[in-house]
Order: sequence, then C-alpha cells, then structure tokens
Amino acid sequence: MVCIVDYGVGNLFSLKSSFEFLGVSAKVTGDADEIRSADRIILPGVGAFGDASRKLCDLGLDKVIIEQAKKGKPIMGICLGMQLLLDRSYEYGEHEGLGLIGGEIRPIGEVIPKGLKIPHIGWNALELCGEPHPIFKYVNNGDHVYFVHSYHATLCKDVVATTEYGTSLTAAIARGNVCGCQFHPEKSGEVGLSILKAFCEM
Amino acid sequence: MITKRIIPCLDVKNGRVVKGVNFRGLGDVSSPIELAKYYSENGADELVFYDITASAEGRQLFTDILCEVARNIFIPLTVGGGINTLEDFDRVLKCGADKVSVNSGAIRNPSLIDEAAKRYGNQCVVISADVKRVDGKFQVFAKGGRENTGMDAIEWIRSCVERGAGEVVLNSIDTDGVRAGFDLEMLGAVCDAVNVPVIASGGAGCIEDFVTLFKKLPKVDAGLAASIFHFGEVRINDLKRELFDSGIQVRL
Repeated sequence: MVCIVDYGVGNLFSLKSSFEFLGVSAKVTGDADEIRSADRIILPGVGAFGDASRKLCDLGLDKVIIEQAKKGKPIMGICLGMQLLLDRSYEYGEHEGLGLIGGEIRPIGEVIPKGLKIPHIGWNALELCGEPHPIFKYVNNGDHVYFVHSYHATLCKDVVATTEYGTSLTAAIARGNVCGCQFHPEKSGEVGLSILKAFCEM
Repeated sequence: MITKRIIPCLDVKNGRVVKGVNFRGLGDVSSPIELAKYYSENGADELVFYDITASAEGRQLFTDILCEVARNIFIPLTVGGGINTLEDFDRVLKCGADKVSVNSGAIRNPSLIDEAAKRYGNQCVVISADVKRVDGKFQVFAKGGRENTGMDAIEWIRSCVERGAGEVVLNSIDTDGVRAGFDLEMLGAVCDAVNVPVIASGGAGCIEDFVTLFKKLPKVDAGLAASIFHFGEVRINDLKRELFDSGIQVRL
C-alpha cells in the first residue's frame, strides 16, 4: 500500500487516481500509524514552503517521515514535497526542510535568463543524469513531463534528472530510498504514470 | 526548452459536450468523459472544461462529471464557467481541477483574483478575456461576449496579472468562428503587456493556423480550439507532428 501524506496542502485527488489507474492501492492519510505501516510514502505539496513545512511539523509528520526514511522505506516527494526533502528553502524568508537530501531551494529567477516567464510552467524534456535512476527505468532521455514551479533545488549532489529552461534546472533528485520529482508525474501522461509505476517497484 | 501546448476545450451543458463531435472509434461522442480520455491519450497537452450550465442542478451534474473526468485523465485540467466566488474555486479544485479560469466573475469583482491567487497560488488562476475591436480599440466583453464593458483589454489583462493571475486565455471575438486564423495583432499586443503564459483562442481553422501562430508570435505559449478538434478536421497528433516538422518544440 502506498500512503499519500495528507497534511492539508494541495489536491491529492489526481495522485490517488494515478495509483488506482496503475492498480496499486493507495491511501490519502495524515495518520502517523498508517504512514508507518505503508510500504511506500508519497509526500505531495503545492503552495509555499514555509507554510507547508509548518503544517507538516504541527502534525508531527516531519519526524515520522524522517524516521521512515532512515528505516529504508521508499519515499517520493513531488513538487513542493520534493523541495521539503532538502536542507532549507529561501522562499519568503529562510525555512528548514527535512534534510534527507543535501541542498537548498532558491528562486529560479536568480538563474534563468531575463525575459523567460516565471513560473516555469508547461511540458519540458527530462535529461537523465548518468545511469538512469530506478524511477526512470521506463523513461527515455528527452521524454516530456509537466512542471509548475518558481523555485528550484540547488547545491544538491543527488540530482538524477535535469530540464532546460534557459539554464539547467533540477528535475529530480534521489539518495538511496528517498527520491523527489520537481515535476508532477500525476499530470505527465503516460511518462508520469510510468515513473509512479517504477517507484512502486523500487 | 518548454514546449508549445495544444489545448482542446470542451463546452459542457447538462452533462454533455455541446459542440458536435465526429470521431471514428469513439462510442459516445458527446460524453465528456469519453472525449476527455480520447484527447488525453491522443496528444492533448492540457484540457479545458467549460461549464455552460444555467441551473443549480446542472451545476451539480457538472461537478459529478468533472470528478469522473479528473479521475480518468493524467494531464492538467483547467475548469471555467460560472466561477464567481472562492467557494466556486474550492468546488472545482476538490473535483480534481488544476487551474480555474475566471471571466465575468472577475469583471464583476476583480479582487476575486487576488483572493484566489493568495489562497491557491498564481499558477491556479487563469484570466480568460473575450476581446473585440470597437472603433479600433481592444475592448473587454462580458457575459459570453454579449456585453461591452467599455474597459481597455490590454489594461484589464495587465491589471489581472498584477492581481495574481498566472495565465491568460485571450479569446478574440473578431476571429472566433471565422476559421481564418488566430488574431495575431491582438495576441501580440497582450504578449507585449504581460510576462505570464498567453493562450491563443479563437479563429483556428486548420493546422497551418497553429504553425503561423507560433512562428509569428514565439511568445504565445499555447493554442486552444474546440470545434476543429471535435469535428475531427484537425487531429492533435497530426497537428503536433506538423509543428515539430516546422521547427516548433512540442511534446510528441
């Protein structure tokens, strides 16, 4: 069973539907015991980093996720959920992340050429780094996925895919059993579904 | 780089797709669910669902169908029609919409954009504008293009983006239904005024119109159309192949 962590941030309907489509049982829950008993954990999220991180901590779920990550359970963060896996973010101030993967979150406006639109929104191509990570076992270099973000992961040594938007931006990160996608696999058609499928086989 | 998006628009009334549909291999051609699945599996980069239901019961039916559509497609979904309050945003987002498009509701109450952007993020709020030339000036029309608001379109769109709209759908009433191509002059003026994605709507009659759109106006992010896709005159996969062959970046 896949547990989609519900901490009051974002719309979890499409993620749940994606797993149903793949024939994988998935549960949307914010209950610590249910998260502990799941085979895999999805950490979703849209909105602002500070707000999301506070909600996660208020529910005590930050500790549960860190504890489960250390036990080796496969965990995937999506969009803001991926950003939360890192050390810190500079979105409206400075906020601490879960620190499961080294790196920080900064505005894409600092690195992309002037004139490009922010947020980076739409379908963009994945460039896989080195030997494809297991979540990309059904993905070809250059396959398109759907992005919506204004902040990006930087100073991260565990980048497994990038995308080109005037400059190279982090598209996915992974360290051991913990991985994250900046894009939305649940909104990325067949390619996105194949990534969720591969995560379930990880 | 980011690709140009092709977006079919489904007008839904009383649970059915309004404009005629003519697809081979599609069981129920006016079922929004069947049609949405067909598009999502055949190259559409995004779907727009437009609620043209008048009654409250119709709205409930639309909500039910929206949930069913969202459950079956795995590409971004924008919903519009009758969005006047934050509760309307909430209702369609809970059904699985990713973005919500506002038009007359924002004209009546522009702060709806600020409030929605603050609660759901700019990326969630799409301003849809129906624009027509009056005495050589671009003016915004309300109520499905029936009522001239007297507002300057460029100023209106710019103010919506300042309030937090993350995307603009520009529908030219002058070219809509004419099928002689998109309104490049009007689109160019809007692209120069804002730095958020602009979606062209109104006037597409053939594949070449999309090629011209993206070649002449590289700042336009997406092309939206309804009947030429529904009637099967233009197949999205063929269109995208043609765009690709013309050197325009698309997702194949």
